[in-house]
Amino acid sequence: MSDTTETKQVLPDGWEMVIGLEVHVELATKTKLFCGCANHFGDEPNTNICPTCLGLPGSLPVPNEQAVHFAMVLGRALGCSVEPGIFARKNYFYPDMPKDYQTTQYEEPTNEHGAITLPDGRVIAIERAHIEEDTGKSTHLGGGGRIHDATATLVDYNRAGVPLVEVVSGPEMRNADEARAYVAELRDILLATGVSDARMEEGSMRVDANVSVRPVGSDELRTRCEIKNINSLRSLGRAINYEARRHVDLWTNSDQPNQETRHWDEEGGRTTPGRSKEDAEDYRYFACPDLPPLVPTAETIAGIDESMPALPAARRAALAAAAGVGEADTLLAIERGLDGLACETIAAGGDATAVMKHVDQNLAEGQGELTAASFAALVSMEADGALSSTQVKTVLAELVANGGEPAAIAESMGFEAMDTGELDGLLDQLIGDNPDEWGRFLEGDNKVQGFFVGQIMKATQGKADGKIVNQLMRQRAQG
Amino acid sequence: MSGEISRDEVAHVASLARLSVTDDELTTFTDQLCVVLETAAQLNALDLDDVEPMAQPYPLANVLRVDEIVPSLDRDEVLSQAPAAEEGRFRVPPALGEAP
Repeated sequence: MSDTTETKQVLPDGWEMVIGLEVHVELATKTKLFCGCANHFGDEPNTNICPTCLGLPGSLPVPNEQAVHFAMVLGRALGCSVEPGIFARKNYFYPDMPKDYQTTQYEEPTNEHGAITLPDGRVIAIERAHIEEDTGKSTHLGGGGRIHDATATLVDYNRAGVPLVEVVSGPEMRNADEARAYVAELRDILLATGVSDARMEEGSMRVDANVSVRPVGSDELRTRCEIKNINSLRSLGRAINYEARRHVDLWTNSDQPNQETRHWDEEGGRTTPGRSKEDAEDYRYFACPDLPPLVPTAETIAGIDESMPALPAARRAALAAAAGVGEADTLLAIERGLDGLACETIAAGGDATAVMKHVDQNLAEGQGELTAASFAALVSMEADGALSSTQVKTVLAELVANGGEPAAIAESMGFEAMDTGELDGLLDQLIGDNPDEWGRFLEGDNKVQGFFVGQIMKATQGKADGKIVNQLMRQRAQG
Repeated sequence: MSGEISRDEVAHVASLARLSVTDDELTTFTDQLCVVLETAAQLNALDLDDVEPMAQPYPLANVLRVDEIVPSLDRDEVLSQAPAAEEGRFRVPPALGEAP
């Protein structure tokens, strides 16, 4: 999460942001929420449709047990109480829902009152995480893709009826970095539980941000705008900062924002107004007569809790304790799913600092065939000086690709420890061949150090340990 | 719940339901809806404190199906029954505004 917005002051002194997020998560089921059509991203348009998801007369919805299970797993992972849930109809006319209503949970959602703990320890309340169906996908023709100038709309109903959980936070975030940390944490929880593939770019995780501003120290909630069309964590931060600044400009010019939905325009770096909220708020919700309630039993919830995998916050704490580092230094390992490997390798005797270094620097592609035992053995060889750091990287890559035993791999690659005597001789020879460069080194020109290390690497085909060459050079200079 | 509903409320509900009604119809429907609401309002006279709220009359819960794919409809057949189709999609008049 490197973005310049992190360090800059976004709002003038005296103002703070109030941010709440609504995250729509597509559940990783085989089929849709209420029918047996495939839930699959990227298929040919309208190939996964049936009477139920098209809203044809006489069709009846039946909830998908896996979707309900995933929703409850997510609820427990977010620390929610999982309660009896009732499906309601949210009535509106728009071609993305052929039924003219969206089935969702309104007054009695399955999950309520949870929280997400961010890596820095801040706790953000989750108000609810309810089950609902996704809508179809509209493509607007003409007008350069702009909704207002379109000449016709084409609709694909493959996505209509795909199971979603909408996770609604409290208005508790105070800056864009917190909002991004919240979404990143939620994504990691979704991946850890297997509830969703959580791909923002494919729309299986969609973030809407409710943004308002207020004077610092006030606890009022001023008029908010809901920003849609945010497709990445980076866009989320940019959109929030833009919108908050816009609000402060309005308030400080004796004006005020309208409560409305706005679209994030990634290229223009701004939000543009969409539908005005008061026009469309009257959804006339009522309980869906076709769908009996979802009533979790105590056994169901106990079973979910028992089989809950380790969640990111617990994994961070475990790795931080094992490696003796702060939780902030464990984020990359968690993101790469390498925290288990790191803990086991350290437990098997691998030096924690070296293990964490390799996890962060040399294992971007994941652990592959690498095991904790071979990782620990390799780290020990490195610590003993049996392999140079270049050689360690090469052996590590081989262990990831094909597995094996590090000593045997090192031998098969012809990596033998260069003894210091051999390096001494080489260095003497180089100094003899390059007296001018050596003279400059003695005068304190450190840049020329790289020349000698490079020459030795060349002569030894990378077998030498750069650190030892540096040491030998310094010894000579001092002696 | 009183039996009262105003002409404005009826006009609002009609517009939400995409119904265009004449002034005469508005008068008729307002009168009729008042009668319906008055009838329903009789429930207010009952003491329901000990009655659990109920969303459904059936004693059912957790009616679920297994997560298994079943064949979908044939796209060409479905689209042939739509007023217009293009590129494998339903073609509809331009949708104004945003999806809710």
